[in-house]
Amino acid sequence: MASSAYATPFNRGIDFSKPVFILLAAILAVLVLFPLFWLLLYAFTDPARQFTLMNFVKLVSDPAMRRSFGLAIGMAALVGVLACAIATPMAWLVARTDLPYARFVRILVTASFVTPPFLGAIAWEILAAPNSGIFNILYRVLFDRPTDDYLFNIYSFAGLVFAIACYTFPYVFTLVANALDRVPSDLEDASAILGAKWLTTLSRVTLPMVVPAMLAGALIAILQALTMFGSPAILALPAGFHVITTKIWSLFQFPPKLELAAAAAIPLLILTILLLRGQKWILGRKGYTVLGGKSGAPRVTELGKFKPLALLFVFGILCLTVIFPYAALIKTAFTETIDASISWDSFTLKHLNFVLFDFSATRLALFNTLLLGVLTATVCTAISLVVSYLVARKSVMGAGILGVLATAPVAIPGIVLGVGLFLSYANPTFKLYGTLWILLIAFMTIEMPAGYQQLSSAFQGVHPELEEASRILGASRLKALWQITAPMLRTSVVATWCFVFIGTIRELSATILLTTANTKLVSVIIYDLNESGDLGAISVLGLMLMVVSFFVVYIASKMPLGAGRLQPRG
Amino acid sequence: MWGKRAAIIALTSAVAWSANLAYAQDGYKVTPELIEAARKEGTVVFYTATDVAVAEKLGKTFEEEYPGIKVQVERAGSERVFQRIGQELSTGVYNADVVETSDAVHFQMFKKQSWLASGLPEEVIKEWPKEEYDPDGQFAAYRAHLSVIAYRSDMIKEEDAPKGLADLLDPKWKGKMVKAHPGYSGTIMTATYAISKLLGWEYFEKLGKQEVMQVQSSTEPPKKLAQGERPLEADGNEYNVFRLIDDGVPVKIVYATEGTPLTVGNAAILAKAPHPNAAKLFYSFLFSLKAQQLNSDFGGLRSFHPGVKEKAGRTPLKDIKLLMPDVAGQEAELENIKAKYEEYFGT
Repeated sequence: MASSAYATPFNRGIDFSKPVFILLAAILAVLVLFPLFWLLLYAFTDPARQFTLMNFVKLVSDPAMRRSFGLAIGMAALVGVLACAIATPMAWLVARTDLPYARFVRILVTASFVTPPFLGAIAWEILAAPNSGIFNILYRVLFDRPTDDYLFNIYSFAGLVFAIACYTFPYVFTLVANALDRVPSDLEDASAILGAKWLTTLSRVTLPMVVPAMLAGALIAILQALTMFGSPAILALPAGFHVITTKIWSLFQFPPKLELAAAAAIPLLILTILLLRGQKWILGRKGYTVLGGKSGAPRVTELGKFKPLALLFVFGILCLTVIFPYAALIKTAFTETIDASISWDSFTLKHLNFVLFDFSATRLALFNTLLLGVLTATVCTAISLVVSYLVARKSVMGAGILGVLATAPVAIPGIVLGVGLFLSYANPTFKLYGTLWILLIAFMTIEMPAGYQQLSSAFQGVHPELEEASRILGASRLKALWQITAPMLRTSVVATWCFVFIGTIRELSATILLTTANTKLVSVIIYDLNESGDLGAISVLGLMLMVVSFFVVYIASKMPLGAGRLQPRG
Repeated sequence: MWGKRAAIIALTSAVAWSANLAYAQDGYKVTPELIEAARKEGTVVFYTATDVAVAEKLGKTFEEEYPGIKVQVERAGSERVFQRIGQELSTGVYNADVVETSDAVHFQMFKKQSWLASGLPEEVIKEWPKEEYDPDGQFAAYRAHLSVIAYRSDMIKEEDAPKGLADLLDPKWKGKMVKAHPGYSGTIMTATYAISKLLGWEYFEKLGKQEVMQVQSSTEPPKKLAQGERPLEADGNEYNVFRLIDDGVPVKIVYATEGTPLTVGNAAILAKAPHPNAAKLFYSFLFSLKAQQLNSDFGGLRSFHPGVKEKAGRTPLKDIKLLMPDVAGQEAELENIKAKYEEYFGT
């Protein structure tokens, strides 16, 4: 890099890159390699810890296992396609057109983003279970259909894909909308000046520039779907089929088959690595620097006569992902049973009372959840920021390994990671089981890839020219990062913090193996209550969790960051 | 009170009493010293698979009886309790004092691992049928319950309702049933084994073609009935149905003509209990008439205590054709049961 030649003679600050690199490498190695080591050890040994490949032979020869793999991959791919199909047009409409209520739409998308998928799945059970689902009851009443007829069945493969896509499309939306906010108008202006119609400009100039963001988002959505446990456990099992995660979970049933479970995670690991490689290959071919030192305001397309249609599309999506599910949760929270009609007679505070006063776990679980969410988000974002900086600017030899380490946990399904972490830290040496520390470690490991992916894709969009200017003027690398790059990436950093915070609130599959009486979390309580079918209490708890999370995300978005705030352009 | 009861029992059931003498110990008594020592420990941790409302109520009753000792109730499904105990004890974490699940196989496993303490309360030795406690005194049957067919009486007429297991195979019930999972629920594991012995696996193969809604815990099918998601349960806890009936939900139980599977829920003190005296006191309370009567009245559970009076309207066990559990046979068949089940039901 040209900058270092100029920077050295003026370098007044000490460059902490090397020690920071070593420290981070050590932290990430412990976080990631420890559970991975256990995972591999179990996958390639028998219960006596002798080397064997039998686990994989069993895996491949079991038709039920093959079926669960096929279904999971199909499901994840469809979720990715559906998420892109919903999110990309929506993001463009919101960021680049004169669509009314665009701010409001963004807030509602955030709402579906903050919603844990398992809560969404439960809400959709209330809405679209074949017999007791509200939509199906309405359908029978309105069209005078027989009592066993139904319109929707959420307990099906299609229902599962739909319910997961509802809560993963915001990954694509947020990234694409952020990218569109940043795409400079110069190129689009050039295209328009050269006589291209708006559609041509859109398809030839604007869209290609947001492809990296869309791919990154789709990748997160696919990986989320692939490793998700809660929604399939709630929707796929009643339908009578397994996906990989629920299959792995079933291997922990008595008598547990840890070796087979570990082996079943290996193909998932390989698949993920392939996906990430693919993404790199696509992105590697073109330069996508979109945020430089200078650019004009984003262009706004006028929708004209398409405005009502666009509004209808956006509103329809928001109804399905946010408005209907929350309406269902609110109704269930305040009526006796889920099929009770809405009237003053059926209004009750019974569930609220139960959750607030009778149910002893509520307060502790809320406190633990928020504490862990904030801690994980802060630590993870800080580490991700420095790691993605070191990787993007290749400032230290071997920085790439940090990126690999930070991304690796994405491939491990939460439930398997839970076991790996349990084996790693719940032994007489560490004795972390039963403390919040093991959960913090778990969340950091699980959320590191999301944080890193977010920030590294943001770094790919920032040209080093401003940093180089700062370094020429004598700032050290980390000072330049803090004073120049971080404020420029403010939106991404805040978004990452929120991603991670929300990620911890959504987490269920690793958590379920690691919590104890004193380290209960809201997600686990909700899962337990679902097991006993108490939908009223779930609704109250879920709504409480959402109100608090929204508040935290709101505060986070108002936080100043770095040396100064980047004012919005235009 | 207990002394008087014991005297009556000693006189009236002399035969059973002398048979029990073969077991060297007479069971431990609740002495003032034990209560004092328990009070010093202050807490007892109870890992249980009984419905949370029932278990919490039991804990409160104990706290009233012995002020100064707190009961910490940790409720989860049987297999989850088992998994947690396994995780904790094998990694040297000793949290639990008393454990209770509805899968009898668990206690064989615990015993093999030497995780259980020996010594039963006096009342168990005196009152319980001999086959309902461990000959080495490491665990005893704390509760029993049935896995039953049940239906919504407002959606299905009594004359149309199934009378037995074979009736569930009628095409008219296709898409109408809900059932729990043997890999998750100890109750259903026991029931599945018993029914497969009785009717063969063809029965499940046919049932699997009926588009059955599959849930996990055996507490869940009754709740799906209450929600109206399905009008008929192929299996599920009897005690949850009793509780629904008490709450006024229009549900009826069918005791199948072929027989109804019985599940025994054992309880034990852990060898490395952190509060050994409180554990002993609480353990003996679990088997007291008061606790057992509470389980029956409030929880709808069945008891082996001969003094327990069941609520009017509930069919007494002696009038039901029961399929008794076979722990040894079931333990040997575990893998096969799960594989077959997945083959026929998909999960």
